Amino acid sequence: MPSPRYWREIPSRYRLEATRCGDCGRVSYPPRRICPECRSTDGETIELSHEGRVLTYTVVHVPPDDFLMEAPYALAVVETPEGARMMVQVADCDPASVEAGMMVALEFRLIRREGKGGILCYGYKAVPAYPMGGEAEAELRSKESEVAHA
Amino acid sequence: MAGIAGYGAFIPRRRITTEEIARQWGKDPGTIQRGLMLKEKSVPGFDEDTITISVAAGRAALARAGVSPSRVGAVYIGSESHPYAVKPSGTVVAEALGIGPEVHVADFEFACKAGTEAMFVALALVESGRVDYALAVGADTSQGAPDDALEYSASAGGAAFLFGRDDPLVEVVDTISFTTDTPDFWRREGEFYPRHGGRFTGEPAYFKHVTEATTRILDKTGLKPEDFRFVVFHMPNGKFPLSVGKSLGFTREQIDPGWVVPTMGNTYSGSSPTGLAAVLDVADPDDLILITSFGSGAGSDSFVLRATGLLPQRRGLAPSVRSMLDGPRRYVTYGEYAKYREKIIVND
Ligand SMILES: [Zn+2]
Repeated sequence: MPSPRYWREIPSRYRLEATRCGDCGRVSYPPRRICPECRSTDGETIELSHEGRVLTYTVVHVPPDDFLMEAPYALAVVETPEGARMMVQVADCDPASVEAGMMVALEFRLIRREGKGGILCYGYKAVPAYPMGGEAEAELRSKESEVAHA
Repeated sequence: MAGIAGYGAFIPRRRITTEEIARQWGKDPGTIQRGLMLKEKSVPGFDEDTITISVAAGRAALARAGVSPSRVGAVYIGSESHPYAVKPSGTVVAEALGIGPEVHVADFEFACKAGTEAMFVALALVESGRVDYALAVGADTSQGAPDDALEYSASAGGAAFLFGRDDPLVEVVDTISFTTDTPDFWRREGEFYPRHGGRFTGEPAYFKHVTEATTRILDKTGLKPEDFRFVVFHMPNGKFPLSVGKSLGFTREQIDPGWVVPTMGNTYSGSSPTGLAAVLDVADPDDLILITSFGSGAGSDSFVLRATGLLPQRRGLAPSVRSMLDGPRRYVTYGEYAKYREKIIVND
């Protein structure tokens, strides 16, 4: 059975839609109708940047069944420039290389399959912020080390 | 004149070398590398498929175009590895890119030509005035049977092109399609790996259709090979596009910038489109570009394109194909590759 919850969450799962509170400015992800900070109902929908910074992480060695083939993998709390936080897998790297302060890009990926014949569930994963090369890369590396030493 | 308002590509970051695959099957790596002119190929992770590649490439195309997703009236995804047998890839792609719900969506299939097929239809819809912008993607995560020649080439990646009437980065001068019924390569419903007619895939299939389409579009436009700065042919391996290019009178200087196959592999529906994206990464205003795809079964689409002054201004808004081919990548062993490509049987 396809999960009705997955379908309801498509705007936040597919497009990183979040809510910015019109009163206190707090950004909630996934979107909230009532601001958890000030209880205001005056929120606007925004789309989060597809980048962020790892706040903390863990490496999963004994995963749930759906993720068996992917272990070991890193799971991180990532903060976007808007201040939204989300728990995402960190893909396309050695899980041992993930560290707090690391800059990441958020990429659209297949998150899980609902069993063998069920639907495919998509969403975002973090990947190390692969730069476009050259000066952009050097700039990013120096930003990364600043954060790491802050 | 209608043209390409934005373009983008995506290539997964895992690689397997020709040498690693050859060693697995007791073949001589040098002979295979020289024969197919392939050094390595991209490998998708468990979490990458035609849909995720299309979203990444489509985002880059929208970024370069600077067009609001709400103005896109059609989304066409060409692939022979759509993740679902029944349920469109395009609905996920459109929704993820913020396109629609007032949008026409379809998935295309025609072996390796599904990408240019989607481009052909997207262009026509824009030219007819029915939509302002139409997004066409060619992407695949195709599989070759173990120890088959195709295992060295079948790879993952794709490119997206947003067609529009205003301010194109590239104008479309003309197009042509050449199609016959030719059983050179196929996969029956329920079969896991495709089958092919061995040597039959060369002369009567690839070479005939690519040559016919290219010759006919040159006739139709009155252009000669030397009028073009760049040319891209479908790249099932390293050798075929070089051979067909040479026989048609094109030089290595014209072919090489879009000849991405030696380190990317054959991304099927994404092959010639990604070669075109690599060319757009380096083309100058007024350069003429020729692209001819090939899809088994069999047919070829040709496009004659002309770069505009906007192209150099916009291409920096998304990563180049070269940066993805030569940038950070992870090499996998044959064992890891077999696991990623789900060639290993595990208990539920
Ligand atoms: Zn608030």
